[in-house]
Amino acid sequence: MTKRLWIALLVFIAAGIAMAGPVSAADQVIKIATQTPLSGDQSAIGVDMKRGAELALEQLSGPLTAIGFKVELAPFDDQANPDTGVANAKRIVSDPAILAIVGHFNSGVQIPSSEVYHASGLANVSPGNTNPKVTTRGYLEVNRVVGRDDVQGVVGANFAGEKKIKTVFIVHDKTAYGQGIAEFFKQKAEQMGMKILGFEGTEEKANFDSLLSPILAGNPDLVYFGGIYPQASVLFKQARERGYMGMFLSDDGYDSADAIKIGGATILEGAGTYYSTVSGPASAYPGTAKFIQEFKAKFNAAPQPFAAQGYDSMGICLKAIENAAKANGNKLPTREAVAKAVRALKDYPGITGTFTFNGIGDPTVARYFVMKVNSADPAKWIENPVVQTLDIAPPQ
Amino acid sequence: MKRFLKSMNVREMLRPLGQMFLFSLGSTIVLSALMLVLALILDKTIVGQTLFQRLNVSLYTYTLINLPQVAIDGLTIGFVYAAIALGYTMVYGVLEFINFAHSEIFATGAFVGVEILIALEKFGILSGASLAMAYGYLILAIIAGMLAAGALAVTVERVAYRPLRHASRLVPLISAIGVSFLLQDMIRLIESLTTGQYNRIMPTFGNFDHRLLLGKMTLGAAHITLGVSIKSIIVIVSAVLMLVGLNYLVNATKIGKAIRAVAQDPQTASLMGINVNRIISLTFLVGGMLGGAAGVLYALKFTRIDPFVGFFPGLKAFTAAVLGGIGNMTGALLGGIVLGMLETYAGSFMGVFTMGAAGTEYKDIFAFSILILVLIFRPQGLMGEHVAQKA
Repeated sequence: MTKRLWIALLVFIAAGIAMAGPVSAADQVIKIATQTPLSGDQSAIGVDMKRGAELALEQLSGPLTAIGFKVELAPFDDQANPDTGVANAKRIVSDPAILAIVGHFNSGVQIPSSEVYHASGLANVSPGNTNPKVTTRGYLEVNRVVGRDDVQGVVGANFAGEKKIKTVFIVHDKTAYGQGIAEFFKQKAEQMGMKILGFEGTEEKANFDSLLSPILAGNPDLVYFGGIYPQASVLFKQARERGYMGMFLSDDGYDSADAIKIGGATILEGAGTYYSTVSGPASAYPGTAKFIQEFKAKFNAAPQPFAAQGYDSMGICLKAIENAAKANGNKLPTREAVAKAVRALKDYPGITGTFTFNGIGDPTVARYFVMKVNSADPAKWIENPVVQTLDIAPPQ
Repeated sequence: MKRFLKSMNVREMLRPLGQMFLFSLGSTIVLSALMLVLALILDKTIVGQTLFQRLNVSLYTYTLINLPQVAIDGLTIGFVYAAIALGYTMVYGVLEFINFAHSEIFATGAFVGVEILIALEKFGILSGASLAMAYGYLILAIIAGMLAAGALAVTVERVAYRPLRHASRLVPLISAIGVSFLLQDMIRLIESLTTGQYNRIMPTFGNFDHRLLLGKMTLGAAHITLGVSIKSIIVIVSAVLMLVGLNYLVNATKIGKAIRAVAQDPQTASLMGINVNRIISLTFLVGGMLGGAAGVLYALKFTRIDPFVGFFPGLKAFTAAVLGGIGNMTGALLGGIVLGMLETYAGSFMGVFTMGAAGTEYKDIFAFSILILVLIFRPQGLMGEHVAQKA
């Protein structure tokens, strides 16, 4: 009995060795994951981030296929929710075929999820996270292709200064992202001598009546919202309904055609609505004309903000994996090697700029925009004019 | 006899109107007085000085000038809560259990109504509609929301509650919570089938976003306008109509008599020839329809809905029902109005009274502190359980 068991075990081990024998690269699959909100409020942006990455994978995976790898996309839905993001992150790191992740629209989701990536050395290129903490933790794995809120908040405050704003009421959504940028805005605005009439966080999504009473009582020149459009637009709309005619200013979280769908024509009245962003419309970058055309052809819709950044993030991942594979003798690179290769890229020619990462993963120069909402037609959102363009290096 | 009945009916129509007026006025006066007293006390302290520095106006004046607008806002949301709370209370009246799925029935009504309006907008009917037609479409959406929510409520009762009718009281409660989660995710699934987006935005049409100006007051450097938007008026008027209708149904018709009989004693009622199952279904239908209409009105007022939209209004309406005395219809009305007012007053003035330390974001504390306080000190609610006439 024991003898038969031993023989069976030996056969089993032998079979295992035979199967795990030298495998040509052609059999090997490399997966690159994406994590963005694919359902829910923020899916308009999250889906197009993923689509941008998908398009890049299709167009730019040639060199890796030539070596003999099969490259696949593994899309995940983080639902803009930190818990879901972390749960997905655990699934992602447990799949050994995944060598990089393009991910997250919300800083509040990216920050806890990237702790998981960091723990297992998985390279993460972020197409849209702007909170400083994303990179200031100094993780080798975490990089981003966009600017930071400690600059974006200041850009917003400077713009308010140019518009001769004297009094401002600041509202934020209590997330790492929204509260973060609101605080940077507040700091700079105070320095510039603006009067801060209030600084309030709210998770309210529908009924802003009681928040509006203190706002309107001060009749500020400007209402600043740090957060994402589903809340911001409802707040702006209800403020206009109650007769507020001052200016609205928000951040890159406001940048979605749904913002005007919710807000309607009223937000164009009075002093108008502006937003700062780290991702200008795809047309603001010289290299994106071809991208827009191909995106429209494939998905039958114009790209939302951050789609081009999704494309570039995926391009960076592919290039880094290619470099790491070549350095490894055309064999599958380790995750650590990929992470190092991302950081080591020099002047990667993306469509939204040329990327070199600094020591903590910020791009050496990032571009910031201030945009004006110009039309009540959601289809014309991408034609919103750029009021200001600034190239600023990240703070050290 | 005929004349007696007639006069009786008119009375039943006027009574809830009087109650609503009384409750609204009462809670406005009590809360306003409370705010003014607080403002007077705090005026001379650092709180008043901080406000004076900021807005160049005394705390008392600030409070006084803001009060009318806050009262209008509070009334609007209060009537929405009251309409939802009636759904909880009616079901409790006949079955003595809390139908936690009611918040999803409310959400279903909202989605059906909004989807119909979105479809109309897509076919270009909405943008070209005249004012009368716009109101027609809104009424259509409200009725569709009512029918869908009513049908869903009856189905839920038939599938998830009736088989458990004679089980211990905890069992249907757990079933209700399960149904609540199930419905939430069903809505999410169905709404995200086409685009992956499960939130919906109420189309803009008609003159609902317009605002009637009632007055203008000077507050330091700023002008505070006092006004009420047309959609707030629509919300209040429709809620009042529904509440009057419901009161009439329960207190002045034969069906209402049957409902009250079942609420008092189902066994005896069935001996008297009342079909208890049918009456219970009917109760769910009426409660569900009220919830569905409240859902569409909520979407009209607040523009954006998602599958979880029912949770907070549902929870607050439940609190309102407990506050007024669960099982008691007048109590639900009172509870809804008081809770809506209290929440709005607290949210509007808390930031100023605490110098910004605890702002509007904490207004929900008041709703739920009330729930706890009522449960501890007056578990039967403000109006009492009203056992003899519960329904």
